[in-house]
Amino acid sequence: MSEHWNILLKVSRQKQGETPRFDDFKIEVDPDEYVLDAVERVWAFMDRTVCFRHACHHSTCGACGMRVNDVEKLTCITYIRDVTHDGGTLKVEPLRNFPVVSDLVVDMGSLYNRLELVGARSVLPVPEAEIENPPATWPEEYGQYIRLADCIECGLCISACPSAATSSDYLGPAVLAGAQANGLKRNPELLDLVDSEDGVWRCHSAFECTSVCPSFVDPGRRIMDLRTQVVKRRFVNLFRKA
Amino acid sequence: MDIRHNRPSPTKFWNWFNPVGRQTGGWAFILHRITALGLTFYLYLHLAVLGQLAKGPEGYDGFLALVRNPIAIAGELLVVAAGILHGLNGIRIILTTFGLSVTRQKQLFYVLMVIALVVILIFGSRMFTA
Repeated sequence: MSEHWNILLKVSRQKQGETPRFDDFKIEVDPDEYVLDAVERVWAFMDRTVCFRHACHHSTCGACGMRVNDVEKLTCITYIRDVTHDGGTLKVEPLRNFPVVSDLVVDMGSLYNRLELVGARSVLPVPEAEIENPPATWPEEYGQYIRLADCIECGLCISACPSAATSSDYLGPAVLAGAQANGLKRNPELLDLVDSEDGVWRCHSAFECTSVCPSFVDPGRRIMDLRTQVVKRRFVNLFRKA
Repeated sequence: MDIRHNRPSPTKFWNWFNPVGRQTGGWAFILHRITALGLTFYLYLHLAVLGQLAKGPEGYDGFLALVRNPIAIAGELLVVAAGILHGLNGIRIILTTFGLSVTRQKQLFYVLMVIALVVILIFGSRMFTA
């Protein structure tokens, strides 16, 4: 028998330049439903003007990223039980650091353009993928297989990053992680892009990106890896010039 | 379509200090910023204090006598604490920048903060009992 909770869903509303406000909806939920289910229920039965993005419902498309009770979450895999309690409040807001188009929908164009700029791959050969407990040597035939990249381009990392809040030119965690995954050895021209004021040096090691990433990309670790590579290159160049 | 709201902007620097929804790394970031600002403020205060030397030995001694009270000592302890916290967290940032302990940055932060607390307590006890 499923459990029932009564919660207050506070939805951030903002249309075409309006000052943001919250609309409150009292709804009954099963705590083992996802936050996205609650938002959809409001849209389906209470207010058809609520705007939000969603598609796959299984953490593959990255469309339903929102701030849930002040923390960035992929709402299609966030259990209501994990973020509120019976009689509690569930506050949903759009991601930060992206322009709001309407209500919970933000314009992610800057992220997609920058991912393209660094050649972030949406699929990659299996031997290049970071897989838990990989074999010591890959069977030769695995080289012909590809898999989806871990990054689902949801933008949660950019929303959570304090550095991204103050600089619109900062490439951002997802993009730097994309550059790292693409490989600087294979794409040496990326070094100049990431070794810049708005590249790896804009990161101030808050690691919020890694904390909120729903897809085990670990952007913080990848940015630090890029930094190490950048410092090595500078060090080598220092002696080359001498 | 107006999409002005929610864009990144230098005027949103106050977001750096907002602890709501932050996790361990975010708390470390906030602590680092606050201690950096405090130490920068103290640097100017220190220079102003040293400026008392220009007034001669009497002026400087008079100023020192004025700051020998528990409130001033507590202020000095805050400076010491800021230096220790900023320095130790700085070591964490340097280590992670060079790829060391990146996946253990939270644990590293907790360990360094415990060390910082112990050192601050030692400094505090000595400063107030001297």
